[in-house]
Amino acid sequence: MTISRRNFLILGAVTATAFAMPPFISLKAYAASLEQPAMSKITLQVNGKPRELEVDTRTTLLDALRENLHLTGTKKGCDHGQCGACTVIADGRRINSCLTLAVMHDGSEVTTIEGLGMPDKLHPMQAAFIKHDGYQCGYCTPGQICSAVAVLKEIRDGIPSHVSPSLTEPPQLIAAELQERMSGNICRCGAYSNIIEAITEVAEVPA
Amino acid sequence: MRAFNYTRADSPAAASQAAQVEGAKFIAGGTNLLDLMKLDIETPAHLIDVNHLGLDQIEATPEGGLRIGALVRNTDLAADARVRKDYALLSRALLAGASGQLRNMATTAGNLLQRTRCPYFYDTHQACNKRNPGSGCSAIGGVTRQLAVIGVSDACIATHPSDMAIAMRALDAQIETVRPDGSTRSIPMADLHQLPGNTPHIETSLMPGEFITAVTLPAPVGGTHIYHKVRDRSSYAFALVSVGLILQEDGTGRVAVGGIAPKPWRVEAAEALLPKGAKAVSERLLEGATPTDDNHFKLTLVERTLASVLAQARETA
Repeated sequence: MTISRRNFLILGAVTATAFAMPPFISLKAYAASLEQPAMSKITLQVNGKPRELEVDTRTTLLDALRENLHLTGTKKGCDHGQCGACTVIADGRRINSCLTLAVMHDGSEVTTIEGLGMPDKLHPMQAAFIKHDGYQCGYCTPGQICSAVAVLKEIRDGIPSHVSPSLTEPPQLIAAELQERMSGNICRCGAYSNIIEAITEVAEVPA
Repeated sequence: MRAFNYTRADSPAAASQAAQVEGAKFIAGGTNLLDLMKLDIETPAHLIDVNHLGLDQIEATPEGGLRIGALVRNTDLAADARVRKDYALLSRALLAGASGQLRNMATTAGNLLQRTRCPYFYDTHQACNKRNPGSGCSAIGGVTRQLAVIGVSDACIATHPSDMAIAMRALDAQIETVRPDGSTRSIPMADLHQLPGNTPHIETSLMPGEFITAVTLPAPVGGTHIYHKVRDRSSYAFALVSVGLILQEDGTGRVAVGGIAPKPWRVEAAEALLPKGAKAVSERLLEGATPTDDNHFKLTLVERTLASVLAQARETA
């Protein structure tokens, strides 16, 4: 039997790490997933600029933004899509950047908090969060703001929500709609009421 | 997360063929799969990205229904004008699930194929016949408040977590697929998900490499559509119990229930009792249920939720 380089690596790695194997993962499944890290070259349009990078295929969009591109405004909270701290706008839609791979976004346009506004030129939503004290520790804030900007567009585009009374009438710009649509962004400091005030102020200015 | 090769498929048939390789998985929205990969619950060696196959359209069918591409995002499906008008149950079920960010990523087929949120499935230090066949079920005898009360077995009491699937079941959706040999077939929604029996790791009737291309809805059936989800917080939580109802003016209708079983739970013989009220329907629907002390409340909750939904439907009609 000839041992290919790949098989050798699989066998070698399984032997070397046998004691570290988590319980209840079958050996077969474990061996099937073992390989040398696969690398991939991708281009992202980040905040209007093309950025070329080479990433391990395992790299999430969140890690690519933070670790490869040093755009650390986007935060890692739970890393499992439960908290919303990693929210960015990709191809015009808000998403959890922790639950998508950078390689899946080759060619995508990504807007992070840094792309919305910087201290010398704040986005209206950033200014409103400051005015209304829409945070305490600030860790969830970049995700809240990216989400909020996208929420106003979703309402303007007529996308209904769980609390919209009618599916056939356009959704209204009211607090209940904002609260429901922001439910994927958790704020453990509990700045929710001020966040809703900030979003409401921006919503009242015609886009 | 374990290393994997990543490729983009260029046709549904090619995706299906590529998926025959051991350890291969399709990735679409990725919201469930990547979560499970980070936890070492899914360990694919090859990811086949199916996001670029043009399966993101919703088209009218010659029969008067809709053909929903497998890659249509949950947000787009819920917001489609035809779905909102003629299949309101589907819009409502989608909007009751997940968060805005997740619905923007999650796809129609991915939603159907998402895995259970049973905490014992998620904890790799616990025995789980779904995650590791033959290892046992730590959920049985454990904390079971969220878990299933009917359709379960001695090997597994996990629920199917999807809201959308409840609506698809009530609407008699058909699942269109392509197989590695290029042949296609259509699977009734009722037959897509399997009960656990002795093989809870086999969750659907899909064959290895079989790829969902679309979900087809028959012509609209009319009636009043209501989806009511009971959960521990008012948004962004999985259902304890959810009821999807389509009620016609003559008092007949359809009922599918979520949060209680390993698949969308619909019993046609129970629906026939709709004119007799919620108690008669839920008794028949839950016949043979084997709840635990922790989740026995779900039996009462199904009846009460159905009663509430029926009252609302009569008010609306």
